Amino acid sequence: MKKKLNLTKVKVLRQREIAPGVFVLSFMRPWDFVAGQVVGLSGSETEEARLYSIASGELDEEVDILYNINPEGRLTPWMAQLNTADNLWVSEPFGSFTSNGEPGWWIASGTGIAPFRAMFRTGLTNGKKLLHGGRDSNSFYFSDSFEQELGENYVRCCSREVCPHAYHGRLTQYLTGIEHLPAGEKYYLCGSAEMVVDVRDVLINKGVPFDNIISEIYF
Amino acid sequence: MDAFPALFGKTLDELNAVAIELGLPSYTGKQLAYWLYKTGVNSFEEMTNIAKKNQQILEEHYRLGVEAPNRVSTSADGTKKYLFTAGPGKFIEAAYIPDGKRHTLCVSSQVGCKMGCLFCMTGKQGFQGHLNAGSILNQLRSIPERAVMTNVVYMGMGEPFDNLDAVMKSCEILTAEYGFAISARKVTVSTIGIIPAMRTFLEKSKCNLAVSLHTPFDEERRRLMPIQTVYPLREVIDTIQEFDIGKYRRVSFEYIMFKGVNDSRRHVNELARLLNKVKARINLIRFHPIPASPLECSDESVIADFQEALNDRGIVTTLRASRGQDIEAACGMLSTRELVKSRNEEH
Repeated sequence: MKKKLNLTKVKVLRQREIAPGVFVLSFMRPWDFVAGQVVGLSGSETEEARLYSIASGELDEEVDILYNINPEGRLTPWMAQLNTADNLWVSEPFGSFTSNGEPGWWIASGTGIAPFRAMFRTGLTNGKKLLHGGRDSNSFYFSDSFEQELGENYVRCCSREVCPHAYHGRLTQYLTGIEHLPAGEKYYLCGSAEMVVDVRDVLINKGVPFDNIISEIYF
Repeated sequence: MDAFPALFGKTLDELNAVAIELGLPSYTGKQLAYWLYKTGVNSFEEMTNIAKKNQQILEEHYRLGVEAPNRVSTSADGTKKYLFTAGPGKFIEAAYIPDGKRHTLCVSSQVGCKMGCLFCMTGKQGFQGHLNAGSILNQLRSIPERAVMTNVVYMGMGEPFDNLDAVMKSCEILTAEYGFAISARKVTVSTIGIIPAMRTFLEKSKCNLAVSLHTPFDEERRRLMPIQTVYPLREVIDTIQEFDIGKYRRVSFEYIMFKGVNDSRRHVNELARLLNKVKARINLIRFHPIPASPLECSDESVIADFQEALNDRGIVTTLRASRGQDIEAACGMLSTRELVKSRNEEH
C-alpha cells in the first residue's frame, strides 16, 4: 500500500495552453497506470502534493496532466510557468476510478474530463456516451478527437453561451430532458462537488440505482 | 472595519508577533491571548490591563474578529443549532449538545463541502470556502454555553482534513494553556479519510480522531463516498495502525446505519475482520433522512442486533443518541435552508 506519496523528479517535456488559463503538461511516463488513476504533483520533494487525474492513455509514452490555473493556489500558477526540461515532482499513480469496456456514461465538467480522456485514449469507448459540461466554447477540451470517434455519443453542454454543436444548458438540464436513462448501465461522474452531487441527484430521480453511480470529486 | 485583520484565531506566537510589529510591550501577546480566549470581551476597550494608548494602536490596525451567531434553534431535548454568517450569502452551523455533565459543541470547518458523500446534506450545497481558525473557534467563543463546554467535535459542515492548516491551528488554540485549555482528549476531529492530511494530524496533534467508515466493503463505500476511489478505507486503517493509538488518543469509526445497504450480518463479519487489530470503537449513528436521498435509516431492531453482534465480536460499539430531531438535526440542513432563502431573495 502507499504509505506516503513518495515523489520522484521528472522533467517537463512540453506545456500547451489549450484554452485560456487551461494547460496540458506532459512528461515521459515513468510507470504503468490504469486509466482513471490520479498522481500527486508538487514543486519539490517535501511539499505537499496535489492530486491530478492522468489525462493520457495507458499505452501513451507520455503522461498528460490537464489543469487550470487556480489563482489562489500555490501549485498551478507555478506549474503554468514551467518550460521544457524544468523539474516537477510526481507520485506513483493510484486510485480506483476506473472504467471497463462495458457500455456506460462518462459525465464530466471542466477539467473533470481528464480521466475520461485517459479511458478514451486507452480504447474503453465501446458503448460509452460522453457528456461534457462547460461554460463556453473554450471549455470543451480535446473535443476534436472525441467528436471524431464518438460522434453522436459525445455531447457538449454549454451553460453560458450558445455554441455550435453543443446543447445549450447545464448537464443536469440535458440529463433531465432524456426520457429514459438505462438503469442497468454504469455512470461515471468527475468534476466539482456541486456538479457531481447535482448530476447524481438527477440520475437517482430518474431511476438509476446509486449502486451504478461512481464519482470522483476534485478537491 | 472588516478590512482590518482579525486577532481572534491567532496563536500565541502570532499574537506576540503582532505586539512586536506594533511596537507594544512584549507581554501584550499573552494579554491578548487571555482576553481573546479566556474571557468574553467584545472590544479592545474592555482589555483593562492593556494601556489605553496601546488599545488605540490595536484598534487602528486590527479587529477582534468575534461574531455573534445570527440565529439559534432550540430543540425540546436541549440541543441548540447556531447559524453563523460566513461572508455574503454564506452560512455555517454549529450544534450544542448537552448530555448530563457533558456539553459538546459540534463545529464546522468549511462552508459547504467538496466531498459529495451520498448521505450528506452539506454536500448538496457544494463547496463555498474554507473557514479560518478564527471562524472555527468563533463558533465556540460567541455562544452563551461557551463556559460550560467540555467537548468539541469537528463533525459539522465540511471535511476538516481538506482544510488542515486552519483545523490544526484551531486545535492548538483550543487545547493550549494560553487558549481555551480544553484537554486534547476532549477534542475529536472527524474525517472521511484524506490520508496525507490525516497522517500530519496524527503526527502533530494529540486530539482524537474519528473516521467515517459506513461500510467495510470497497465497492459499496465507493458508491456512498467518492473519496474511496482515491483513499481506500484499508489504506486509511493501515495508516492509523502505524501510530500508537489507544495510549494517547482515541480513534473511533462512525457508522451511519442505512436500511438494506450496510446493516447485514455480512457487514458485521467484515467489520470484525477489518478492525481486528485496531484499538478503536464504532459509533453507530441513525441516519437522519435528507431530501431526495435514496437512503433510509435502518429499523431500530436491526440497529440493536447490529450493535450486539459487533460487541459480541469484541468491538466496542455504541449507538449515538439522536438529538435535535425537531430542529433539522442532519448537518447542513439549517444552513442549506438559509442559503436557499438568501439565493431566492437575490433573484
